[in-house]
Amino acid sequence: MSRLFLFYRSSIGKKVVMAVTGLVLFGFVVVHMAGNLKVYQGAEKINAYGEFLRAMGSPVFSHGQVLWIARIVLLASVALHIMAAVQLILMNRRARPVGYTHQDPIQATYASRTMIWSGPVIALFVIYHLLHFTAGTVHPSFRAGDIYHNVIAGFRVWYVSAFYIVAMVGLGFHLYHGVWSLFQTLGINDVRVDRFFRRLAAVATVAVVAGNISIPVTVLLGLIS
Amino acid sequence: MDVTLHVWRQKSAADRGRFVRYEARNISPDMSFLEMFDVVNEGLIARGEDPIAFDHDCREGICGTCGMVINGVAHGPRRGTTVCQLHLRSFRDGDTITVEPWRARPFPVIKDLVVDRGAFDRIIQAGGFISVPTGSAPDANAIPIPKPDADLAMDAASCIGCGACVAACPNGAAMLFTAAKVSHLGLLPQGQPERRQRVRQMVVAMDREGFGSCTNYAECEAVCPKAISIRFIARMNRDYLKASLME
Repeated sequence: MSRLFLFYRSSIGKKVVMAVTGLVLFGFVVVHMAGNLKVYQGAEKINAYGEFLRAMGSPVFSHGQVLWIARIVLLASVALHIMAAVQLILMNRRARPVGYTHQDPIQATYASRTMIWSGPVIALFVIYHLLHFTAGTVHPSFRAGDIYHNVIAGFRVWYVSAFYIVAMVGLGFHLYHGVWSLFQTLGINDVRVDRFFRRLAAVATVAVVAGNISIPVTVLLGLIS
Repeated sequence: MDVTLHVWRQKSAADRGRFVRYEARNISPDMSFLEMFDVVNEGLIARGEDPIAFDHDCREGICGTCGMVINGVAHGPRRGTTVCQLHLRSFRDGDTITVEPWRARPFPVIKDLVVDRGAFDRIIQAGGFISVPTGSAPDANAIPIPKPDADLAMDAASCIGCGACVAACPNGAAMLFTAAKVSHLGLLPQGQPERRQRVRQMVVAMDREGFGSCTNYAECEAVCPKAISIRFIARMNRDYLKASLME
């Protein structure tokens, strides 16, 4: 245990925690997007999928247990990800008390330079998203278990849809840098696989962002109702 | 050609420091950036003023002593080039050029453009060596080393420790320097006995000095006069992970 603490105390240790939790959250985001697309198969299919998530693990686990385990793992990942990020940002700020008169980036991507902004955008979005579609407290006509209705009714409010779209663009930037970056941090990246990881980040980003944004857009256009 | 310089002047570590404007007139485009400073300094000395202090030694791009931030870029606009190998022909006549020292908490300014890079020495002292009995030189090819390993080790070993990576990194991180030093020994058979201990101790030393951490911007790679790749940072992370968690 003390070895883990010593490891976490180092700069690389914190970065590895960022990377591992980032990988967990990346996996979640991809699966979540794939699940979302069931909305195109109609009310029955997506509502059944929601029920499947709750029933997952049965009969070994009781109803909702596996779902809660997954939620706890995700919540812990988010907490660790944010904690390590804040500590690393403070460490980096301390390392340069006096800045340059001007310093333009040479090859740092826009996505990499805005991680510090795209992160908080995603955090705010997640809070709203949970209140909107999971708890239903900020939803105009929330019906527990009727995912299809909740999605359609929720996205009919144009400014809610607009917020979702903006948040997904933020998520896209975060993923584009984060997905490649985590393999670099974990030391899996090397000259032979660098291009693969960069492509993986680009493809995953486009898939997640386009898949998720398509839903509020089709709802607003009245293509599904 | 003529250029206008805005140079950071700071009498001592305690001084607040400020930019001072200098006009460099009738400079040959084939002069190096440091030779231009020599000319400016001769003028200052003739007028009884304090010359601009800057670090330099070999002026051949191999010692790692020189270094300054020129228009926001460590070592100036030419890629893979130290400032002593940067020539005025890389600028236009009439240009205004801003010159600043490396900026990082572990690199305190000693005077003007000279910073204390003792932090790098302490990282090396923590593990950037191999323990062998010295004496007569061993046979050159006594230990066979695969050519790709030797090439990669040489890429890492080309680090001259100038500190441009720290200066360019928005986080003031020394990961490229430390990674190069960890990798060049870690890739060779002679470096194996102390490999795990080396990476752990060098990373601890790096953190202790107060450098930042890597966010994979790759700005360091862009300014490195030896064009050392950030793939060595991934290699160091891998070695550090193994050394910390598997032993």
